[in-house]
Amino acid sequence: MDLSLTEEQQLIVDMVRRFVREEILPLEANLDPDADELAPEDYERLVAMIKDMGLYGLDTPPEYGGPEIDLVTRCLIAIECGQHRAGLYAPCYYVFGGARQAQLFEATEEQKEKYLHPMLRGEKKFFFGLSEPSGGSDPARAIQTRAVRDGDDWVLNGTKLWISGADRADFGLLFARTGGPGRAGVTAFIIETEWEGFNVRRAVHTLRSAKYATEIELNDLRVPHDNILGEEGGGFAIANDRLMRQRIPYAAECIGIAIKANEMAVEYSKVRETFGAPLSQRQGIQWMLVENEIEIRAMKWLVFDAACKADRGDPFRMESAIAKLQCSELAGKVVDRSMQIHGGLGVAKDLPLERWYREIRIRRIGEGPSEVQKHVIARDILGAGLR
Amino acid sequence: MAVRMDKTWTTLNVETVGKLAAHLGVYQLANDEGEILFIGMAGGRTLFGLKGELQKALAEPPPGATQFRVEVNMAYRTRRLELLQAYVHDHGGLPAANTDIDESSLGRLRPS
Repeated sequence: MDLSLTEEQQLIVDMVRRFVREEILPLEANLDPDADELAPEDYERLVAMIKDMGLYGLDTPPEYGGPEIDLVTRCLIAIECGQHRAGLYAPCYYVFGGARQAQLFEATEEQKEKYLHPMLRGEKKFFFGLSEPSGGSDPARAIQTRAVRDGDDWVLNGTKLWISGADRADFGLLFARTGGPGRAGVTAFIIETEWEGFNVRRAVHTLRSAKYATEIELNDLRVPHDNILGEEGGGFAIANDRLMRQRIPYAAECIGIAIKANEMAVEYSKVRETFGAPLSQRQGIQWMLVENEIEIRAMKWLVFDAACKADRGDPFRMESAIAKLQCSELAGKVVDRSMQIHGGLGVAKDLPLERWYREIRIRRIGEGPSEVQKHVIARDILGAGLR
Repeated sequence: MAVRMDKTWTTLNVETVGKLAAHLGVYQLANDEGEILFIGMAGGRTLFGLKGELQKALAEPPPGATQFRVEVNMAYRTRRLELLQAYVHDHGGLPAANTDIDESSLGRLRPS
């Protein structure tokens, strides 16, 4: 197996690395340590630069104007984009654009015209509404939001929780129960946040202080039948492959901050002296750095293994679950060790380590907790009979 | 935690601000009637947190500001946004002195 980069991949990596160092880091030096947005004029300027590079809209399929890149290259970019303070959840402050709502690519032509294209043009914002107070990891069983047919409309009632960006969105994708228990009873609806009956009731503050989640109340929200995405009762079948693919760059993003944290720890260990010698001379510190290095390499192998298989068209469900599981767990350990090496400075807001420490913890829960990833892996190992 | 800040108001003067600690968090400024004029935050780059921000407010107070209240909160960015959204929901617009915020990008919260 040859894991060396192609000439084009190396060019892209160098270009993005330079962009982060020359454009993002200087701006970030003047932002609040928890910021996740640039000033509008800076954002527009950097978006124009990314468009000139031909890298705008990373997760947008080429037929919708996204760049022609394979998943391995997408992961290489994700690793580079994450190497700054806001890099885990706001890589390069979103100037690479992109379309996280992969399900909308499966919409009807009318739905695409009304909802997908304005989102891709950056004119409208979208949210994804799956989780509920009753759970998020097992939505097929947990969804209690009810949709009842009334003429040409459906009437939705229920509560959604842990929903990002609903208060700022124009549209959203909501999953509601239209039938009996299980997956086949769940339908996906495209809704507009201006409609009567849609209320964002509260912000839910988390470790990630740059962004909150929200709680949504649906109170007799009327949704036209034409706004069903996919088939009635087919909510979970939509874009499964696309979502599984997106989990791999999600894992790669964890590697970016791990690399940066480890670089900082290596440098600091060389200059910080204790008891007459640099930290780097202490075996305890050396072993921490060794463990960091090994785990960063392991993460890369797992991510590129999954991405290669996805690019080749091979099955990759287990590989993407392993990559997501290990990257979110190991990157946390790398950041933790790097913080320990920095001592008191590691927990201060002067350095990005404390932000990474908080945010990487969320990654073990978001996009499917570690235990759910293990469940997916176990199902592949033990066969479909496992519930 | 309640969506709206409901602590009692403190008179804005050198003595009261001098007693504040340098924690990070959010604060509100109000007039004599307790009408909120400004919602601000003391972020991670402030030199002396809430104390420093209130000292600045004391030096150049928004017109009519005579009182303040603070809330120590490490999630100062999202908490400030929440307070601003709740204010817009209750009053139909931003506090008079919050000219630093673009209301159209604020988002909509409809707290009970």
